[in-house]
Amino acid sequence: MLEQILVLLPQVIFDGFVLGFVYAMVALGYTMVYGVLELINFAHAEVFMIGAVVGVEVFRYLGPHIGNGFLLLLVALLLAGAISGMTAILVERFAYRPLRKRGTTNRLVPLVTAIGVSFILQDLVRLIEGLWHNEFFLRMRTVEDLEGSFDLFGGAIFVQAKSLILIGVSILMLLGLTYLVNRTKLGVAIRAVAQDLHTASLMGIDPDRIISRTFLIGGSLGGVAGVLFALQYTVITPYVGFLPGVKAFTAAVLGGIGNIPGAMLGGLVLGQLENFFGTYLPILTDGNFGTEYKDVVAFLLLVFILLVRPQGLLGQVVREKV
Amino acid sequence: MRKIGLLVAGAAALGMALGQANVIKIATQSPLSGPQAALGEQIKLGAELAIEDAKARFRALGFDLQLVPYDDQANPDVGVANANRIINDPDILGVVGHLNSGVAIPASEVYVRVGLVMVSPANTAPRVTDRRLPNVNRICGRDDVQGPVGAEYAVNNLKVKNVFVIHDKTTYGQGLAEEFRKRLEALGGRTVAFVGTEEQANFVPIINQIRGARPTPELVYFGGIYSQIGPFVKQLRERGLRTRLMGGDGLDASEFVRLAGKENAAGTFYTTVAGPVSAFPKAREVAQKFKQKYGKDIEGFGIYAYDAANVILMALENAIKASGGRKPTRELVAQEVRKVRMEGLTGSIEFDDKGDNKKARYFVMQVAATGNWADNKLIRIIELAPPGSR
Repeated sequence: MLEQILVLLPQVIFDGFVLGFVYAMVALGYTMVYGVLELINFAHAEVFMIGAVVGVEVFRYLGPHIGNGFLLLLVALLLAGAISGMTAILVERFAYRPLRKRGTTNRLVPLVTAIGVSFILQDLVRLIEGLWHNEFFLRMRTVEDLEGSFDLFGGAIFVQAKSLILIGVSILMLLGLTYLVNRTKLGVAIRAVAQDLHTASLMGIDPDRIISRTFLIGGSLGGVAGVLFALQYTVITPYVGFLPGVKAFTAAVLGGIGNIPGAMLGGLVLGQLENFFGTYLPILTDGNFGTEYKDVVAFLLLVFILLVRPQGLLGQVVREKV
Repeated sequence: MRKIGLLVAGAAALGMALGQANVIKIATQSPLSGPQAALGEQIKLGAELAIEDAKARFRALGFDLQLVPYDDQANPDVGVANANRIINDPDILGVVGHLNSGVAIPASEVYVRVGLVMVSPANTAPRVTDRRLPNVNRICGRDDVQGPVGAEYAVNNLKVKNVFVIHDKTTYGQGLAEEFRKRLEALGGRTVAFVGTEEQANFVPIINQIRGARPTPELVYFGGIYSQIGPFVKQLRERGLRTRLMGGDGLDASEFVRLAGKENAAGTFYTTVAGPVSAFPKAREVAQKFKQKYGKDIEGFGIYAYDAANVILMALENAIKASGGRKPTRELVAQEVRKVRMEGLTGSIEFDDKGDNKKARYFVMQVAATGNWADNKLIRIIELAPPGSR
């Protein structure tokens, strides 16, 4: 049994990173919005899904015209980032901002709105795709340039080119975001709004604009993650966002919600846990518990981690705002 | 104004409650939207074609024959809600459906309350007829025969010993996989692993298990629906695993090739209870008409739905005769369905005391490399009686 585990281990860790980076990018969207608004934006899962759908459509329509697979992917990433970012802005503008302006103090109201927006976006995309192609399952077009694969360490790890691209793009995006938040004026403003919205507005910051930008950044990251997800797992549906969304949200909580490096770490940890238990549960339990229990075990472990560190892995204990 | 509106509404409601003397409706229930719409639409269109063909015959008897399609979304809750609407429309005298056994079982418990007959073209779970409801019938085969047919082919013809079994945790998929496993082990084969999953996107953990499984499996058996098996096999092949794949009738849809990619789907074995058009010489004419009318090819479930609708229509005609030309009761139609003996497009149809077809046919198929579902190779047809039939 031990040998069986060790033989697969490098592969499982690699695949865990692939999944983990997807979660990490989506988790950032949750954590940034929570940081500025203390709102759990459940519609973010759908922003992710829209990115995946845009990716599929770009590959479908531009695939035959753009010979270079990398260029095609770049176009898809940019377009999906833009459209998902715009969607996130629109959701904020028309769903959350009116509530904020009316001075709703009940935090559950925006939360319920978020769930509603999520349903609307799902079925809107389903309607559009139904009318457009009469398809429910959208398949990512296979592009030769991105399909290469090779063995690492004498066959211990089977690596697909697109997995490497996923990891590479994610790392670039995460570094870019870290730079943006820590080193630019916009980043300072976002952090200021996150710390205290009212005081920030006294310092000459327009909170609405900053909140809007935060949604744009989180949404674009989600859209890019969507394209990479579709490329990796090949088939998507209008409801594909739900599970990765829930897990990315969990990852954000695990890392300490509102904390940007925490969301990245949380995503990676969750991806590893899920992949580890998905692969090994049947082997560890001699077939008594199958792959289907991977989430149960992963989430039990999460509950345990949060019992020990309620503020999340990198979260800090903050005093209640007065 | 408002009063008149109320009056009209009241009159309409009364009319609905009493039903119309000369209208007979047949309902279809199958998923018309969502993941399994491709299969469900075949059921609706197949039944529709049969009803179009019979309209003139029924007009001669003095009845206006209509089809009312319902979308059960492959969801038991929706199927039961639809069933309640169906039994409240007194003009509906028969149901063709469902696609999913998990939906058919609870929905049929509703139909039985009013004795409404259901003839299924596609439900293969043993429990559908094993409950011995007087109104439930099927013209297709059963999973406790279909699974073993697959296992026998795997062991005897493919010479496979070690099989990695996956299922989708539904009544259908898990049931089929268990029947497969039982016969496989009885024949001396070995189940390397028996794994359930509801995953739709990321099959990597299971693929890693297949890679690491010892002894190395020579075959992967997946009891599930094409929507899961398609992306699964794509990811499996992309990761360089060439292990042969086998599935059941849930895989029997051209969507499977689209989702998997034709080079990945090619060579996949599957058993089905609804054979391809090529297996039924008599279906050629109907297939042409179908293509003309709907602009797409008829697939297995379309032909079976055509036959299922015809079973109900034949029973209806007999029931009309028996009630002296008047509209028959639902119970009478249900009784007449059990008495039907006909030669359908798919072969002889005659029900046993449980509502199973006395001689159901099972098909072993292999997906063609051309990507055209109609080119799939028919390896063998096996005609078997349902177990425990009297």
